[in-house]
Amino acid sequence: MRDPLVPAPLATLPWKLIFTVLAIGGFGLIVLYSAAGGSLKPWALSQGIRFGAFLFGAILLSRVREEQIKAAAFPIYGIILLALVAVEIFGFVGGGSQRWLDLGFIRIQPSEMMKPAIVLVMARFYDLLPSGEIRRFSAIWPAAVLIGLPFLLVLVQPDLGTATMILLGGVVVTFLAGLPLRLYIGAGALFLAALPVIFFSLHDYQRNRVLIFLDPEMDPLGKGYHISQSKIAIGSGGIFGKGFLNGTQSHLDYLPEGHTDFVFATMAEEWGFVGGLFIIAAFLLVVNWAIRVSLRARSRFGRLAAAGLSMTIFFYVAINLSMVMGLAPVVGIPLPLVSFGGSAVMTVMICLGLLMAIDRAEKAGR
Amino acid sequence: MKRGPRIVTEQQQLLTFTRRAMVLGGAQFAMGTVLAGRMAWLSVAENERYKLMAEDNRVQLILIPPRRGWLIDRQGKPMAINRTDFRVDIIPDQLQDEERVLAELGRLLALPEEEMQRIRDDLKDAAGFRPVPVAEKIDYERFAAVSVRQSELPGVAPARGYTRYYPAGAAVGHLIGYVGVASAKDYEKNKDPLLITPGFKIGKEGLEKTMEPVLRGKPGAKRSEVTARGKIVRDLDTRSDEPGGTLRLSVDAGLQAYAARRIGTNSGSVVVMDCHTGDLLCMASMPSYDPNSFSDGIGHSEYAMLRANDHLPLLNKTLQGLYPPGSTVKPAVALALLRAGITPEQSVVCTGRYRLGNRYFHCHKRGGHGHVDMRRAIHQSCDVYFYHYSQQIGIDAIATMMRNLGLGAEFPLPVASQRYGTVPDTAWKQRRFKTAWATYDTVNATIGQGYMLSNPLQLAVMSARIASGRMLMPRLLARSPLKAGEPLDIDPEHLEFIRSAMSDVVNGPGTAGRSRLPLADVQMAGKTGTAQVRNITAAERARGGKFGGEGVPWKYRDHALFIGFAPVENPRYAAAVVIEHGIGGSAVAAPIARDVLTYLYDPAKALATLDKMEEGWGGNIETRMAREAAEWGNRDKPAPASAEAAAPPATTASAPAANAAAPAGRAAASAGNAAAAGNEPLETD
Repeated sequence: MRDPLVPAPLATLPWKLIFTVLAIGGFGLIVLYSAAGGSLKPWALSQGIRFGAFLFGAILLSRVREEQIKAAAFPIYGIILLALVAVEIFGFVGGGSQRWLDLGFIRIQPSEMMKPAIVLVMARFYDLLPSGEIRRFSAIWPAAVLIGLPFLLVLVQPDLGTATMILLGGVVVTFLAGLPLRLYIGAGALFLAALPVIFFSLHDYQRNRVLIFLDPEMDPLGKGYHISQSKIAIGSGGIFGKGFLNGTQSHLDYLPEGHTDFVFATMAEEWGFVGGLFIIAAFLLVVNWAIRVSLRARSRFGRLAAAGLSMTIFFYVAINLSMVMGLAPVVGIPLPLVSFGGSAVMTVMICLGLLMAIDRAEKAGR
Repeated sequence: MKRGPRIVTEQQQLLTFTRRAMVLGGAQFAMGTVLAGRMAWLSVAENERYKLMAEDNRVQLILIPPRRGWLIDRQGKPMAINRTDFRVDIIPDQLQDEERVLAELGRLLALPEEEMQRIRDDLKDAAGFRPVPVAEKIDYERFAAVSVRQSELPGVAPARGYTRYYPAGAAVGHLIGYVGVASAKDYEKNKDPLLITPGFKIGKEGLEKTMEPVLRGKPGAKRSEVTARGKIVRDLDTRSDEPGGTLRLSVDAGLQAYAARRIGTNSGSVVVMDCHTGDLLCMASMPSYDPNSFSDGIGHSEYAMLRANDHLPLLNKTLQGLYPPGSTVKPAVALALLRAGITPEQSVVCTGRYRLGNRYFHCHKRGGHGHVDMRRAIHQSCDVYFYHYSQQIGIDAIATMMRNLGLGAEFPLPVASQRYGTVPDTAWKQRRFKTAWATYDTVNATIGQGYMLSNPLQLAVMSARIASGRMLMPRLLARSPLKAGEPLDIDPEHLEFIRSAMSDVVNGPGTAGRSRLPLADVQMAGKTGTAQVRNITAAERARGGKFGGEGVPWKYRDHALFIGFAPVENPRYAAAVVIEHGIGGSAVAAPIARDVLTYLYDPAKALATLDKMEEGWGGNIETRMAREAAEWGNRDKPAPASAEAAAPPATTASAPAANAAAPAGRAAASAGNAAAAGNEPLETD
């Protein structure tokens, strides 16, 4: 039932998803426009260009065949792992940690790229693993190495937020691949028991973030300032918000990082609970679409990768929103598609591009 | 179940995947719901709270100090008002290039280095938008110089302010007090941000302090929208201040100033009361400080000068000076005698001394008064008469009468503190010294010496009560309820007799004959007193002459006292004058009362007298104080003897010396030491 007027490549695109993503991105640009005090500069315009470019890139990526992605999984993982090592050696220190690699013409953040890459490589690994092996130790240790290496490399940068996301992304795929449930229950119990040890091995600024998360009023003008001001911005918005360009917390600079990590608070102040519901619902549509892609996918690699990528996007959103609403410590994870900055958009667009490619493979095979 | 890993087929694996993927999809929904719920909690349930907090962030309140209420006298003449002045503050948040701006300000305002350091320190711990004062009370030229350069001086805020001004200066110092910047302790108490607003002053002393709630008013406020960095985006609205209430005093400003001037170079106080209402028409205590200089923040040097002065200019002598009242208590003692049934006609023969056991108590008149009845005993102030009859009725009857007339009382006045002295009786002595009352104690008390101590206000009240026959209460605020006072529990005939005898003191053959009012139709009645401040040894008495007079150092001279009222018929005004170490009640205190009361009837005449006197004293209060300050500033040699008088044993608060007199006498008497027999108080009027 193909419309003869529309070329096949366009007709096969998941338009519902693209419109949802456009809606989130467009809304994000409106918020950035307001955060700059009603100006396209310095954020909205450049973010719009970036968003468009990466969306275009995602659509191009969706044309890549699943077989090619599968084949490239290990090489890409390897390259990014090398880049992470390079960051450790030649890296550029910014904001208290070493995350960037300056190639002269572009600065890249390999840890960002690792988020989709870890999902792909894990999916590929369990794709290769014979189904009979899944309950053996050989199903666990290579996965542990594959996840552990980038996790530790990012952790020492130090970037707890990204490291955690890499860990979660990898573990989610092992879970989907069918490792015994008791492993996860055991690991969870072990994690809880080890919490105190972990806490004391954190960097000072990380430990402070945790302490402040537990009690933001402990130091409302100092370390707890971010969370306190973010909650004030969100809470003062009410149901319908203060209105476009009328946010005081963001415009009078009480809200720190109002255009990056705390962009949701900037949005909520002006658009209220309704705006917040819109963002949450839109992202749920996106990740649910991705879960449905994974359920429909016919290859094991496609299934695992699609569900893993869905969870990667979900973790992004869930961690960021928990943080700005005071449910999680401040970990420095942006709200994808909305926060100003290129890395998160790029990562999420890569995820979406890969998902669309898997989706296309499934549709083509039908 | 067998050991080792279960063999999983591809089909089973797909099933596991589907199940787990759906679990994760469900978890995504669950998390989405949690986040939406959390958001609803913040923005819907807790909306009010966060709205307030956001408003709190956005809006800063800058307080505008209220204009302080005026103090006016009974006729509405201003006694404490506000004068517009110019000031310069710095708003720390708007300050850029601190060093350059401060240097420029220092140059424009000619600020001394210590001030510059103070400003730098203040700026260091200043809270953003709250102004830091740079200079107050600057003249218009300097104010203008800063104002025109305001654009080059970001953060500098020239402003108009108010300073408290007391037109009468030192004359009202103790009565009204002064204002000053709130201390850190004041602020600690209730954290009222108004207290640390530049330009705001609170009452520190006198009526300014006690009437603070009335005078303060309510601050205005400017609401401004500010950024997190304290930059003011725009002013939202301004609520103007509510000035404090005007407080009308019972005091007559003219009389107060006159009395203060009339005290002259002496140290003392004058209290005048209205005999109809109890209104305090004046409460002058001199020397004093100029409340104007305190309200600007007094300099160290000026304060040191005030502290070093042995005339205690920092002490309000009308309320806190305690003196042996001397012979001014004799009318009260006479009233007690009359009540006890002693008739005015009963008399004694005064030989100049009175024997009690193996001791002699002397009359102030060597050789004695001869035949003395009550009337003569009052106007000649014969001590022996009172020694004799007081022994018959006992101290308790006398003390009751004195208390009835206001001695020993603390009055309900809006003043910072009153020292109410002592009216001794048997119970008091038992309580205080755990010893029984002795007959010589009665002898001492009956002539206002020994344990007896009163403040000048009490003496004025006693005078007013004798004059009016009513239980008058002193009143300082015009709005206090007017109480005419119940008639005293004293036979009006007795009072009439005492008033007539007191008239004889001035207008008859009495001790204050030189102090008749220079008025055709008004006469003053009164009673002089001269209170000794130290013991007189037998050796000194043997040498003869005056023991507390010109020949001895100032602080050992006798206090001069006078109580009086006018007119004699139907009295209208009552007065008490106490001049510390003034030597003679009749020579020094009574003339002051005369001139002060004259002022009430004929101000021009009284002022003419005073102007002549002030020429002799080297100018009016202001010129004399200015000269003193200049001399103090110029002293390069060590300060004169005044420094050692910082803790004078026998000056204003004469309690130690006066108390010492009696116990010393008692000790000598109980030892039966004849040589010390003369070691008793002496009354010289």
